[in-house]
Amino acid sequence: MATVKLIRFSADKCTGCKECETACSGVHFKNDQGGEFSAIRIESTDSGFKMTNCNMCGLCIDMCPTQAIKRLPNGTVIRNKSMCVGCLSCVGFCPQGVFRKAPGESVPFKCIACGKCVKACPSGALELVEVELSEVEAVVYHKQGVC
Amino acid sequence: MSCDCNDKKVKLIGDNKTGFQTGNTEHTWDLQKLADSHKVLAEYKYELRPVHKGFAGRTLYIDLTSLQIKEIPVTEDMKKKFTGGRGFGLKMLWDTIKPETRWDSPENGLVLTAGPMAGSTQYPGFGKSLALSVSPSTDIICDSNAGGYFAPFMKFAGFDAVQIHGKATEDVVVLIDGEDGAVRIETAPFDETNSHMVAEQLTHYYAMEDTDRARQLVAVVAAGTGAENSFWGCLNISFYDIRRRVTRLKQHGRGGLGTVLRDKKIKAVVARTKPFDALTNNPVDPDKMADVSTRYHQEIRDLDKDQCNMRTVGTGHLVEIMDAYDLLPTENYRFGSHPKAFNLYSPHFYKLWTQVIPDGCWVGCTMACAKAVDGYTVMTGPYKGQKVTVDGPEYETLGCAANMSIWDPLWVLEFNFYCDTYGLDTISAGTAMAFYMEMYEYGILNKERCDGLELCFGNADAMMELLHKIAAGDKSEFMTAASRGARRMKDWLKTKNWGDAQLIEDTGMESKGLEYSEYVTKESLAMQGGYGLTLKGPQHDEAWLIFMDMVNNQIPTFADKAEALHYFPMWRTWFGLNGLCKLPWNDVEPTDNAQTDEPAKVPKHVQNYVDLQNAITGWNVDKEELILQSERCYNWQRAMAAWLGRGRRKDDWIPYRSMGPVTVLEYVSHQERYDKELVEKLGLDAKKVECMKVEDKIKVMYDYRQSQYQKLADAVYYRRGWTPNGVPTPQKMKSLGFGDETKMLAMLQQKIDEDDAAGLNVWVGEYADDEQPPSTDLKYWEKW
Repeated sequence: MATVKLIRFSADKCTGCKECETACSGVHFKNDQGGEFSAIRIESTDSGFKMTNCNMCGLCIDMCPTQAIKRLPNGTVIRNKSMCVGCLSCVGFCPQGVFRKAPGESVPFKCIACGKCVKACPSGALELVEVELSEVEAVVYHKQGVC
Repeated sequence: MSCDCNDKKVKLIGDNKTGFQTGNTEHTWDLQKLADSHKVLAEYKYELRPVHKGFAGRTLYIDLTSLQIKEIPVTEDMKKKFTGGRGFGLKMLWDTIKPETRWDSPENGLVLTAGPMAGSTQYPGFGKSLALSVSPSTDIICDSNAGGYFAPFMKFAGFDAVQIHGKATEDVVVLIDGEDGAVRIETAPFDETNSHMVAEQLTHYYAMEDTDRARQLVAVVAAGTGAENSFWGCLNISFYDIRRRVTRLKQHGRGGLGTVLRDKKIKAVVARTKPFDALTNNPVDPDKMADVSTRYHQEIRDLDKDQCNMRTVGTGHLVEIMDAYDLLPTENYRFGSHPKAFNLYSPHFYKLWTQVIPDGCWVGCTMACAKAVDGYTVMTGPYKGQKVTVDGPEYETLGCAANMSIWDPLWVLEFNFYCDTYGLDTISAGTAMAFYMEMYEYGILNKERCDGLELCFGNADAMMELLHKIAAGDKSEFMTAASRGARRMKDWLKTKNWGDAQLIEDTGMESKGLEYSEYVTKESLAMQGGYGLTLKGPQHDEAWLIFMDMVNNQIPTFADKAEALHYFPMWRTWFGLNGLCKLPWNDVEPTDNAQTDEPAKVPKHVQNYVDLQNAITGWNVDKEELILQSERCYNWQRAMAAWLGRGRRKDDWIPYRSMGPVTVLEYVSHQERYDKELVEKLGLDAKKVECMKVEDKIKVMYDYRQSQYQKLADAVYYRRGWTPNGVPTPQKMKSLGFGDETKMLAMLQQKIDEDDAAGLNVWVGEYADDEQPPSTDLKYWEKW
């Protein structure tokens, strides 16, 4: 059974410290700024903290004109930086709004389920879980981009 | 050779068994044989340098006769006056051709341009090239835009535009190589000629390595044997579709530019680039670009499926709309709808188009309207039995089929495929053949006169046979006339004295020598102007006012129509100056667009373009400046038409079929509408109208509508600041910033003086006592 790893969020445990964002920006941009440089985002809402992050649905795979986005054999959807032309089709069409472009960067980025945010979370609000791919996978025309 | 990596035979299409399979016929190209046969006739090495704020900063000059290749710097004055793209092309031709230059003169130039915004990867529709040349159809400059990857790659390789003059003595390929900074003219004795073959062949030949990624960095401009042997030659611009693993084609359709390419013995112009990204066009403010673009991608994501559905069916969605509004040309524009038209509605093609998104003809275009049919089995001609990818059909091609009463989607694909690969413009070919079919119906043409072809409406076999004969170079008297289009066919028929000359003039749908594109304009005076009062000929890319005028009645007066025929041609011209596609402007509209002051202008998207031009170039423009950029180039192009001996009121003539009912059949088909107009607009007594013969009613309406058109021309010329004979005035040109262009100003004054001497500088509309011409002073501009 094909599976994929995701970040799962427990709102009741989150304190809003955003250590996860700091860790994420370290992974992608080697800085500790978090925020616009982080794939995972924590925001405070009236009903508590909310996480937005990639659910690995893979719809972005079809949007890419250069086939820079693929789903790896382990299920993770990744963007190949050297093939990306920065068109932002994936950013504009992501139904979750979690394919992002950081300021000053020419290409977008997304969660790669590396788990650094999970390790950085001091309150155990994040965990890396493995789910069946069929639970999250969006319709993909002709299964393009599957390795 | 620069492609030593390709040292073996390469088997193509379907060779990679992963991913989408087109089912197309595989080709095997002997690339080593090609390499051995390509002799370098001339080479020019240049310094590779980055694009700066959207400009490569130089253009490329090639003379195939002398084999001279040189680069020309782009000056700040050039940018200020001509912006880029089509504007640059006009100036490059002005500097190099003569008033006597015709399409096949050696000095005629074929110019391919990229505007400053072309090549940005983020906002949809930023990959257009604009091509210009003296047209075989019209004898004036024709500009035509196309998607595909050529313009961005040419710019990334180092040039904002390329102009090609002279004629080669043998077939050649021109390579603009952004990999090693070289331009080469190479002999091409064994290269294919027809576009779907040569584009694929050369994409593989010039790719730096045998990978899809490398093939995506090559773009080919080509035509075909049809272009060689007709005035309908189009330029195909390729892009390598990485999902289909097929070289796709988009077209510079109008005006015979492919005919010019083949007249110069060019089989292909190829641009090769290094890998690129969002910063390769080097915008001043990339984050602004990204913000505006992301928002627009989201608009398409959320709204397209409920608006035009471009992502699924492309421009094909227009067939059902035009049919419903009586605007779909059928049987050579006699009618605007047809009981069988439903056969060409987009759902029928949805089943044929392969939905392998993204279908953008440049990266980042999420409007993705470049639909294609894969694995289509060719039914006729030299490629019969082969399976191919057909790019399209788009609305215009479908409209041509309707015009010829071809109602079978597969025959539309056949027509589409062969027009593309032969390098023929579907619009010109389809509209002209529809005219020939009507002539056949009247007996003005017949089987004997058509070399045995039964060219009646709906005869797809005969229609295809005509195309094959043209592409094969058949030079019979009929084929020679037919291959040169509706205008030359009219002249030939009249010379032969085979029919009523007025009927022939009124029904052949061309103006300036160029065939009409596919909208019925009879009931929209503004749209008649949108086709007739144009620079290159009857093409809807200047204005599409039918709904504003006919359906919504938003521009009731002549002054209103003239204002629309000022603003929209200027606005739509702007896209060509910058290397952009127009469709993203208004084929998705913001949800609150109807609540804005001017919904027809789609103000929020206009602001997007203001922001994007500023973000790329660093200029500080507003929306008024965008119009001014266009106005400079629009007037320059009209002035060049005058310089080339045309560009006057007589050249803005349109055939009566586009104004009203020519035949009894047409009148009777909409008798209630026309009778009502005779009563309500012409003031005829209703009972008298009831008793009139249809022929008499047609005559009365004929005179009325002709007069209306002349009044419209008066109003439009006045709004544009032109003389009553349609010539841009020196004063107008000075106001646009051309005060130091003394050669241009003197030429215009000379033309105006000639018109004066001939008594042509007068308003031509017939004005009632309670009506006024645009001005009482015929030389109103002299007071500026």
